[in-house]
Amino acid sequence: MKELYAAGPLDQFKIHPIVDLHFGATNVSLTNSALWMLIGVGAIIVFFFFATRRASMIPSRIQGAAEVMYEFIFDLVRDTVGAEGRKFFPYVFTLFIFILVANFFGMIPSIPGAPKEVHTFTTTSHLIVTFALAMLTITIVVVYGFWKNGLGFLRLFAPSGQPLPMYIILIPVEVVSFLSRPLSLAIRLFANMFAGHIILKVFAGFIVSLFSAGGAFVLIGIFPFLGILAVTLLEFLIAALQAYVFAILTCIYLSDAAHAADH
Amino acid sequence: MDADAAKLIGAGLASFPLAGAAIGLGLIFSNFLSGAFRNPSAAAQNQPTMLLAFALTEFTGLLGFVIAILILLNIF
Repeated sequence: MKELYAAGPLDQFKIHPIVDLHFGATNVSLTNSALWMLIGVGAIIVFFFFATRRASMIPSRIQGAAEVMYEFIFDLVRDTVGAEGRKFFPYVFTLFIFILVANFFGMIPSIPGAPKEVHTFTTTSHLIVTFALAMLTITIVVVYGFWKNGLGFLRLFAPSGQPLPMYIILIPVEVVSFLSRPLSLAIRLFANMFAGHIILKVFAGFIVSLFSAGGAFVLIGIFPFLGILAVTLLEFLIAALQAYVFAILTCIYLSDAAHAADH
Repeated sequence: MDADAAKLIGAGLASFPLAGAAIGLGLIFSNFLSGAFRNPSAAAQNQPTMLLAFALTEFTGLLGFVIAILILLNIF
């Protein structure tokens, strides 16, 4: 019987350099992570190029698909941030589409036998990627909050209408909750993707070990296979849901920055 | 006690927050559903709030998961 080999569940997250590039001590190699980000961004550009190429009143199918996403995020921004939210719409839409595509492209199965540099890679399963996105959001919130409200932005930490002694407790709680926002944004997306892909590969490992055991065990292999099927469906749901959650939380934080003085 | 054994026990203990997150998520969805059945016309406009509560609750469970992974992968 052929020797079966399964990569460990954590091997899928390894970063492999494809093109080595060094600037002094800084490593800026093109890695598989960067490659899949480029593939995702390229796919988005191609999709929206074809969707908006011949824009018409009666949309074609691809234009309709783009419009559904556009209106979905437009309504989300309008409902949560209000009229000022319009200038943040491009940012939230870009963020949503990028995370959605990164999550979905991670679900594409790798080509069997392909070199591991081009195996499917979920860029959002790395904490540093999601943390960069989260810090971008929080930086925009802080800069816009101070630009729009001046020092009134600090009123975000002291909700009005409380008895005076309560502020001794309230202000530290609000400060800690604000400081934990970038962490919670980053860890939520990263941990969902990381855990989901580990579960998929653990189940896949069960099938390989059952097949290498041979005999009647091969038949039992159908159960982990059905498990993978169910988890894959769940992962598609989570991939879309986490992109939506990231977008809606970004909107809520932006709304805090826009309306901090009214607190 | 062996250090590796203690590490495995610690990782196991760190996954307990998942139980709390599971209870919390169950409460969120059950209360949303019971509210939505009482007043179906108000259900759609409250769905974003429900998903937001889902995301915030899930985060506490995921923190436990991250700590368990940090212990298991020797990151400390």
